[in-house]
Amino acid sequence: MNSINEDDLHAYADGLLEAGRRAEAEAWLAAHPEDAARVHAWAAQNRALHAAFDEVLNEPLPLELVRAASRRPIRSMQVWRAAAAVFVVTGAGLLGYGIGLNNAGAPVQYATLPQAAAIAHAVYSPEQRHPVEVEAQHADHLVAWLSKRLGHALHAPDFGKQGFELLGGRLLPGETGPVAQFMYQDGRNRRITLYVRRDETKQAETSFHHAREDGVEVFYWVDRGLGYALSGNVDQAEMGRLADAAYHQISF
Amino acid sequence: MSQAELIQHIPRLRRYARALLRDAARADDLVQDTLERALAKLDLWRPGSDLRAWLFTLMHNLFVNQVRASGNHAPCELDEAHDVPVSGGQAEAMAVRDIHAALARLPPEQREVMLLVGLEQFAYADAARILGVPQGTVMSRLSRARERMRQLLDGQQVTKLQAVK
Repeated sequence: MNSINEDDLHAYADGLLEAGRRAEAEAWLAAHPEDAARVHAWAAQNRALHAAFDEVLNEPLPLELVRAASRRPIRSMQVWRAAAAVFVVTGAGLLGYGIGLNNAGAPVQYATLPQAAAIAHAVYSPEQRHPVEVEAQHADHLVAWLSKRLGHALHAPDFGKQGFELLGGRLLPGETGPVAQFMYQDGRNRRITLYVRRDETKQAETSFHHAREDGVEVFYWVDRGLGYALSGNVDQAEMGRLADAAYHQISF
Repeated sequence: MSQAELIQHIPRLRRYARALLRDAARADDLVQDTLERALAKLDLWRPGSDLRAWLFTLMHNLFVNQVRASGNHAPCELDEAHDVPVSGGQAEAMAVRDIHAALARLPPEQREVMLLVGLEQFAYADAARILGVPQGTVMSRLSRARERMRQLLDGQQVTKLQAVK
């Protein structure tokens, strides 16, 4: 057996040793109780750090921080956005007839829908205490209120068959006016959000589009003057089925 | 890098900053400075590289500047740890207070290594890159930090036992 050095002991405490080396370290620790005591104390320190600070992860994000991360007077971001717009316009040129993107001005604005939805999802879905403004028990009031603010009749789709129950919803500020967000949760505490905003371009209805914004799966479409985006940290196939269910309830 | 990508890293930046500084408001200020710095220096970030490690690097640099500006390397007073919010049973609450107090007694450079490895679970090589030091330095700081923590935590237990008698 290669002798176990101090770095190996730390790597053992941090769970960073590969299996073979770990077995050697365990044999070493069995024969060296003083080292074993130190390693156990270090692992306990790691657990104590998590116990003390992991709750920060569940705190609502302060708005100042979300704003700080959302500022974009930056050259490269503008370049990125321009590139995205070029891609979307080109894509629309190729695919436009097939998916009904018949408004030349629309795609650039349209491209921000999944981004905006993914951000709203990332901000509100981790909330433990206040995930929604109005809870599902007042669903009728919630839908009536959000419909009034958006100036369109809204409908909160039912994902019961897919295992997700409505938690409630909230009103959000959007670039083009008020936005509605409905939140759902399943038995494993996974959450999905439906983001609904007015689509100012009045473009034709479109079929699904898919985007992934750093792990958030987003399916979005436009229907009768409203842009819809369903977001979740759920795998793409399942999100596709959920979006399909929403689409059929809302648009048929 | 999209806004959503940046926003998704905020919770862990906040956790690290809170553990580093303890004061929640100062910690969030550090996170805000880090985000602003990230957006200002976006040109320096290589797409495809580890965004989280890069953000922690920026935060480390800002933290070092703060420590230097304050000229205060002295550890915080143990007494300051009393106002830490805790949850759970009394034993757990005691452990949480102890860990806050012990962390506060570590020199800043040891506290950073302790938290990057023990809390944020960065690999040693990543921690070395974030801190801009050789990996050997990370290991020696880690060793010193953990042994110091062990003495502090053991010492407190001894004190508590004596106080009970």
